[in-house]
Amino acid sequence: MSESEPYLPVEEGAIMLFARALGDENPVYRDREYARNSEFGAVIAPPTFVQSATHFNPDSGLRPRPGEPWRGSGRTPTGTPSSSEGGALRLHAEQHFTYHRVLRAGDELTWTTRPGRTWTKQRRNGDTMTFQDQITEYRDRSGELVITARSVVVELPSSGGSR
Amino acid sequence: MTAATDLAVGTVHEVVVVDDLTRTQIVQYAGVSGDFNPLHSDEVYATQVAGNPTVMAHGMLVMGLAGKALTDYFGDGRLTQFGGRFKASAWPGDTLTARLTITAVHPGEGSDPPSADVDVEVVNADGVAVFGGTASAQLDPPA
Repeated sequence: MSESEPYLPVEEGAIMLFARALGDENPVYRDREYARNSEFGAVIAPPTFVQSATHFNPDSGLRPRPGEPWRGSGRTPTGTPSSSEGGALRLHAEQHFTYHRVLRAGDELTWTTRPGRTWTKQRRNGDTMTFQDQITEYRDRSGELVITARSVVVELPSSGGSR
Repeated sequence: MTAATDLAVGTVHEVVVVDDLTRTQIVQYAGVSGDFNPLHSDEVYATQVAGNPTVMAHGMLVMGLAGKALTDYFGDGRLTQFGGRFKASAWPGDTLTARLTITAVHPGEGSDPPSADVDVEVVNADGVAVFGGTASAQLDPPA
Protein backbone atom coordinates (compact mmCIF):
# COMPACT_ATOMS: atom_id res chain seq x y z
CA MET A 1 0.00 0.00 0.00
CA SER A 2 1.30 3.44 -0.83
CA GLU A 3 0.85 6.43 1.42
CA SER A 4 -1.37 9.32 0.38
CA GLU A 5 0.06 12.59 -0.85
CA PRO A 6 0.27 15.24 1.86
CA TYR A 7 -3.14 16.61 2.74
CA LEU A 8 -4.80 18.88 5.26
CA PRO A 9 -8.36 18.25 6.38
CA VAL A 10 -9.85 21.60 7.36
CA GLU A 11 -11.77 20.68 10.50
CA GLU A 12 -13.96 22.80 12.78
CA GLY A 13 -12.16 21.61 15.91
CA ALA A 14 -8.74 22.36 14.52
CA ILE A 15 -9.89 25.83 13.45
CA MET A 16 -11.34 26.54 16.90
CA LEU A 17 -8.07 25.56 18.59
CA PHE A 18 -5.96 27.49 16.08
CA ALA A 19 -7.99 30.68 16.60
CA ARG A 20 -7.90 30.14 20.36
CA ALA A 21 -4.09 29.97 20.30
CA LEU A 22 -4.13 33.38 18.62
CA GLY A 23 -6.50 34.77 21.25
CA ASP A 24 -9.09 35.23 18.50
CA GLU A 25 -12.65 34.82 19.82
CA ASN A 26 -14.30 35.62 16.49
CA PRO A 27 -17.43 33.39 16.32
CA VAL A 28 -16.88 32.74 12.60
CA TYR A 29 -13.98 30.48 13.71
CA ARG A 30 -15.79 28.58 16.48
CA ASP A 31 -19.60 28.92 16.41
CA ARG A 32 -21.27 26.61 13.92
CA GLU A 33 -24.67 28.34 13.99
CA TYR A 34 -23.20 31.82 13.69
CA ALA A 35 -20.98 30.66 10.84
CA ARG A 36 -23.84 28.91 9.01
CA ASN A 37 -25.76 32.15 9.01
CA SER A 38 -22.76 34.15 7.80
CA GLU A 39 -22.06 34.92 4.16
CA PHE A 40 -19.72 31.90 4.14
CA GLY A 41 -22.26 29.31 5.30
CA ALA A 42 -19.66 27.50 7.39
CA VAL A 43 -16.87 28.02 9.87
CA ILE A 44 -13.93 29.55 8.03
CA ALA A 45 -10.20 29.33 8.74
CA PRO A 46 -8.08 32.25 9.95
CA PRO A 47 -5.45 33.60 7.52
CA THR A 48 -2.44 31.59 8.74
CA PHE A 49 -4.32 28.33 9.38
CA VAL A 50 -2.57 26.25 6.70
CA GLN A 51 0.57 26.49 8.82
CA SER A 52 -0.98 23.59 10.75
CA ALA A 53 -0.28 21.36 7.73
CA THR A 54 2.99 20.65 9.56
CA HIS A 55 1.00 18.08 11.55
CA PHE A 56 0.30 16.25 8.30
CA ASN A 57 3.82 16.54 6.92
CA PRO A 58 5.23 13.03 7.22
CA ASP A 59 8.77 14.41 7.04
CA SER A 60 8.43 17.26 9.53
CA GLY A 61 11.37 17.52 11.88
CA LEU A 62 9.39 19.82 14.17
CA ARG A 63 7.90 17.10 16.36
CA PRO A 64 9.33 14.21 18.35
CA ARG A 65 9.02 10.74 16.84
CA PRO A 66 8.59 7.57 18.85
CA GLY A 67 11.86 5.73 19.35
CA GLU A 68 14.00 8.55 17.98
CA PRO A 69 16.11 11.00 19.98
CA TRP A 70 14.53 14.45 20.34
CA ARG A 71 16.58 17.61 20.80
CA GLY A 72 14.43 18.96 23.63
CA SER A 73 15.15 18.33 27.30
CA GLY A 74 14.34 15.19 29.26
CA ARG A 75 16.81 13.66 31.66
CA THR A 76 19.37 16.01 30.16
CA PRO A 77 18.97 19.54 28.69
CA THR A 78 18.95 18.06 25.18
CA GLY A 79 18.34 14.57 23.91
CA THR A 80 20.64 15.06 20.91
CA PRO A 81 23.89 16.53 22.26
CA SER A 82 25.43 16.87 18.82
CA SER A 83 22.58 19.04 17.52
CA SER A 84 24.04 22.21 19.00
CA GLU A 85 27.46 21.77 17.43
CA GLY A 86 28.36 22.69 13.89
CA GLY A 87 26.03 22.38 10.98
CA ALA A 88 23.98 25.07 9.34
CA LEU A 89 21.24 26.91 11.16
CA ARG A 90 17.98 27.27 9.23
CA LEU A 91 15.54 30.02 10.11
CA HIS A 92 12.11 30.97 8.86
CA ALA A 93 12.76 34.47 7.50
CA GLU A 94 9.56 35.34 5.65
CA GLN A 95 6.09 34.00 5.01
CA HIS A 96 3.65 35.08 2.30
CA PHE A 97 0.15 33.86 1.50
CA THR A 98 -1.99 34.49 -1.56
CA TYR A 99 -5.67 33.67 -0.99
CA HIS A 100 -7.60 32.49 -4.03
CA ARG A 101 -10.81 31.85 -2.10
CA VAL A 102 -12.04 31.59 1.49
CA LEU A 103 -10.97 28.39 3.27
CA ARG A 104 -13.93 26.67 4.99
CA ALA A 105 -14.35 23.85 7.48
CA GLY A 106 -15.10 20.77 5.41
CA ASP A 107 -12.55 21.61 2.77
CA GLU A 108 -9.88 19.04 2.26
CA LEU A 109 -6.64 20.32 0.84
CA THR A 110 -3.76 18.52 -0.74
CA TRP A 111 -0.48 20.32 -0.95
CA THR A 112 2.82 20.15 -2.74
CA THR A 113 5.97 22.10 -1.95
CA ARG A 114 8.66 22.96 -4.44
CA PRO A 115 11.87 24.93 -4.08
CA GLY A 116 11.88 28.38 -5.65
CA ARG A 117 14.53 31.05 -6.11
CA THR A 118 17.81 30.82 -4.18
CA TRP A 119 20.01 33.83 -3.41
CA THR A 120 22.81 34.79 -1.05
CA LYS A 121 23.80 37.78 1.05
CA GLN A 122 27.08 38.51 2.78
CA ARG A 123 26.95 39.32 6.47
CA ARG A 124 29.24 41.98 7.86
CA ASN A 125 31.42 39.26 9.37
CA GLY A 126 31.92 37.72 5.93
CA ASP A 127 29.59 34.75 6.46
CA THR A 128 27.31 33.91 3.58
CA MET A 129 23.58 33.69 4.24
CA THR A 130 21.69 31.54 1.76
CA PHE A 131 18.02 32.30 1.19
CA GLN A 132 15.59 29.99 -0.52
CA ASP A 133 11.95 30.33 -1.49
CA GLN A 134 9.71 27.34 -0.86
CA ILE A 135 6.42 27.47 -2.70
CA THR A 136 3.49 25.44 -1.38
CA GLU A 137 0.24 25.15 -3.32
CA TYR A 138 -2.87 24.10 -1.42
CA ARG A 139 -5.63 22.73 -3.65
CA ASP A 140 -9.15 21.58 -2.88
CA ARG A 141 -10.82 18.31 -3.87
CA SER A 142 -11.56 19.62 -7.35
CA GLY A 143 -7.94 20.64 -7.85
CA GLU A 144 -8.64 24.37 -7.58
CA LEU A 145 -5.92 26.45 -6.01
CA VAL A 146 -7.09 27.78 -2.60
CA ILE A 147 -3.90 29.21 -1.09
CA THR A 148 -0.40 29.72 -2.44
CA ALA A 149 2.22 30.03 0.29
CA ARG A 150 5.79 31.21 -0.10
CA SER A 151 8.23 30.66 2.75
CA VAL A 152 11.70 32.12 2.76
CA VAL A 153 14.18 30.02 4.68
CA VAL A 154 17.63 31.40 5.48
CA GLU A 155 20.57 29.17 6.18
CA LEU A 156 23.45 30.48 8.28
CA PRO A 157 26.79 28.67 8.36
CA SER A 158 26.84 28.18 12.13
CA SER A 159 24.85 29.01 15.24
CA GLY A 160 24.13 32.57 16.26
CA GLY A 161 20.64 33.81 16.95
CA SER A 162 17.69 31.67 16.13
CA ARG A 163 14.00 31.91 15.55
CA MET B 1 -15.94 45.70 8.58
CA THR B 2 -14.51 48.53 6.63
CA ALA B 3 -16.08 50.30 3.70
CA ALA B 4 -14.04 51.89 0.96
CA THR B 5 -15.43 55.26 1.92
CA ASP B 6 -13.85 54.98 5.38
CA LEU B 7 -10.37 54.54 4.03
CA ALA B 8 -7.79 56.87 2.61
CA VAL B 9 -4.13 56.39 1.87
CA GLY B 10 -2.25 57.09 5.07
CA THR B 11 -5.05 55.94 7.38
CA VAL B 12 -3.41 54.23 10.37
CA HIS B 13 -5.07 51.69 12.64
CA GLU B 14 -3.22 50.51 15.73
CA VAL B 15 -4.34 47.72 18.01
CA VAL B 16 -2.68 45.75 20.82
CA VAL B 17 -2.75 42.13 19.66
CA VAL B 18 -1.32 40.64 22.84
CA ASP B 19 -0.67 42.16 26.25
CA ASP B 20 1.92 40.27 28.32
CA LEU B 21 2.50 37.31 26.01
CA THR B 22 2.51 34.14 28.09
CA ARG B 23 4.52 30.95 27.75
CA THR B 24 1.17 29.17 27.84
CA GLN B 25 0.03 30.95 24.68
CA ILE B 26 3.30 29.99 22.98
CA VAL B 27 2.65 26.37 24.00
CA GLN B 28 -0.91 26.64 22.63
CA TYR B 29 0.52 27.83 19.33
CA ALA B 30 3.08 25.02 19.28
CA GLY B 31 0.22 22.55 19.70
CA VAL B 32 -1.97 23.90 16.93
CA SER B 33 0.80 24.63 14.44
CA GLY B 34 2.72 21.40 14.94
CA ASP B 35 5.96 23.32 15.47
CA PHE B 36 7.37 21.73 18.62
CA ASN B 37 10.87 23.13 18.18
CA PRO B 38 12.06 23.20 21.81
CA LEU B 39 13.31 26.76 21.32
CA HIS B 40 9.64 27.74 21.67
CA SER B 41 8.41 25.56 24.51
CA ASP B 42 11.32 24.11 26.48
CA GLU B 43 12.86 26.56 28.94
CA VAL B 44 15.69 24.15 29.83
CA TYR B 45 16.70 23.64 26.21
CA ALA B 46 16.20 27.28 25.26
CA THR B 47 18.42 28.57 28.05
CA GLN B 48 20.98 25.82 28.64
CA VAL B 49 21.47 24.48 25.12
CA ALA B 50 20.49 27.33 22.80
CA GLY B 51 21.77 30.05 25.14
CA ASN B 52 18.66 32.20 24.77
CA PRO B 53 17.24 34.25 27.67
CA THR B 54 14.04 32.15 27.63
CA VAL B 55 11.68 30.53 25.14
CA MET B 56 10.83 32.66 22.12
CA ALA B 57 7.50 32.97 20.34
CA HIS B 58 7.09 31.37 16.94
CA GLY B 59 7.36 33.94 14.16
CA MET B 60 4.13 32.48 12.83
CA LEU B 61 2.40 33.18 16.15
CA VAL B 62 3.29 36.85 15.70
CA MET B 63 2.10 36.72 12.09
CA GLY B 64 -1.12 35.06 13.22
CA LEU B 65 -1.69 37.89 15.71
CA ALA B 66 -1.18 40.38 12.89
CA GLY B 67 -3.71 38.36 10.89
CA LYS B 68 -6.25 38.84 13.69
CA ALA B 69 -5.70 42.60 13.51
CA LEU B 70 -6.33 42.44 9.74
CA THR B 71 -9.48 40.33 9.90
CA ASP B 72 -10.89 42.43 12.76
CA TYR B 73 -10.26 45.54 10.68
CA PHE B 74 -11.28 44.43 7.18
CA GLY B 75 -13.85 41.79 8.10
CA ASP B 76 -13.94 38.00 7.81
CA GLY B 77 -12.59 36.28 4.74
CA ARG B 78 -11.57 39.51 2.99
CA LEU B 79 -7.81 39.01 2.57
CA THR B 80 -6.40 38.29 -0.87
CA GLN B 81 -2.74 38.53 0.13
CA PHE B 82 -0.81 38.64 3.41
CA GLY B 83 2.93 38.31 3.89
CA GLY B 84 5.98 39.65 5.59
CA ARG B 85 9.32 39.22 7.23
CA PHE B 86 10.23 38.13 10.74
CA LYS B 87 12.46 41.00 11.86
CA ALA B 88 13.14 40.26 15.52
CA SER B 89 12.12 37.73 18.15
CA ALA B 90 9.11 38.08 20.42
CA TRP B 91 9.36 36.88 24.00
CA PRO B 92 7.16 36.05 26.99
CA GLY B 93 6.03 39.26 28.67
CA ASP B 94 5.97 41.18 25.39
CA THR B 95 3.11 43.47 24.57
CA LEU B 96 2.72 43.52 20.80
CA THR B 97 0.91 46.18 18.81
CA ALA B 98 -0.14 45.79 15.18
CA ARG B 99 0.01 48.95 13.10
CA LEU B 100 -1.90 48.89 9.82
CA THR B 101 -1.24 51.74 7.37
CA ILE B 102 -3.33 52.03 4.22
CA THR B 103 -1.03 52.42 1.20
CA ALA B 104 -3.57 52.21 -1.63
CA VAL B 105 -7.33 52.15 -2.10
CA HIS B 106 -8.68 50.67 -5.33
CA PRO B 107 -12.28 51.71 -6.06
CA GLY B 108 -13.13 48.53 -7.93
CA GLU B 109 -14.33 48.22 -11.46
CA GLY B 110 -16.77 45.88 -13.18
CA SER B 111 -16.71 42.58 -11.32
CA ASP B 112 -13.62 43.58 -9.31
CA PRO B 113 -14.69 44.62 -5.82
CA PRO B 114 -13.06 47.60 -4.17
CA SER B 115 -9.90 46.71 -2.29
CA ALA B 116 -7.13 48.19 -0.21
CA ASP B 117 -3.43 47.57 0.27
CA VAL B 118 -1.95 47.95 3.71
CA ASP B 119 1.43 47.91 5.38
CA VAL B 120 1.46 45.63 8.40
CA GLU B 121 3.89 46.13 11.22
CA VAL B 122 4.01 44.48 14.65
CA VAL B 123 6.07 46.29 17.26
CA ASN B 124 6.98 45.41 20.83
CA ALA B 125 6.77 47.72 23.83
CA ASP B 126 10.20 49.18 23.00
CA GLY B 127 8.96 50.10 19.53
CA VAL B 128 11.10 47.42 17.86
CA ALA B 129 9.45 45.89 14.80
CA VAL B 130 9.19 42.11 15.16
CA PHE B 131 7.19 41.59 11.95
CA GLY B 132 6.84 43.76 8.88
CA GLY B 133 4.86 43.10 5.72
CA THR B 134 1.88 43.89 3.57
CA ALA B 135 -1.65 42.69 2.98
CA SER B 136 -4.46 43.30 0.51
CA ALA B 137 -8.14 43.02 1.29
CA GLN B 138 -11.43 43.27 -0.52
CA LEU B 139 -13.65 45.97 0.89
CA ASP B 140 -17.38 45.99 1.24
CA PRO B 141 -18.85 48.09 -1.51
CA PRO B 142 -19.89 51.50 -0.18
CA ALA B 143 -23.48 51.36 1.11
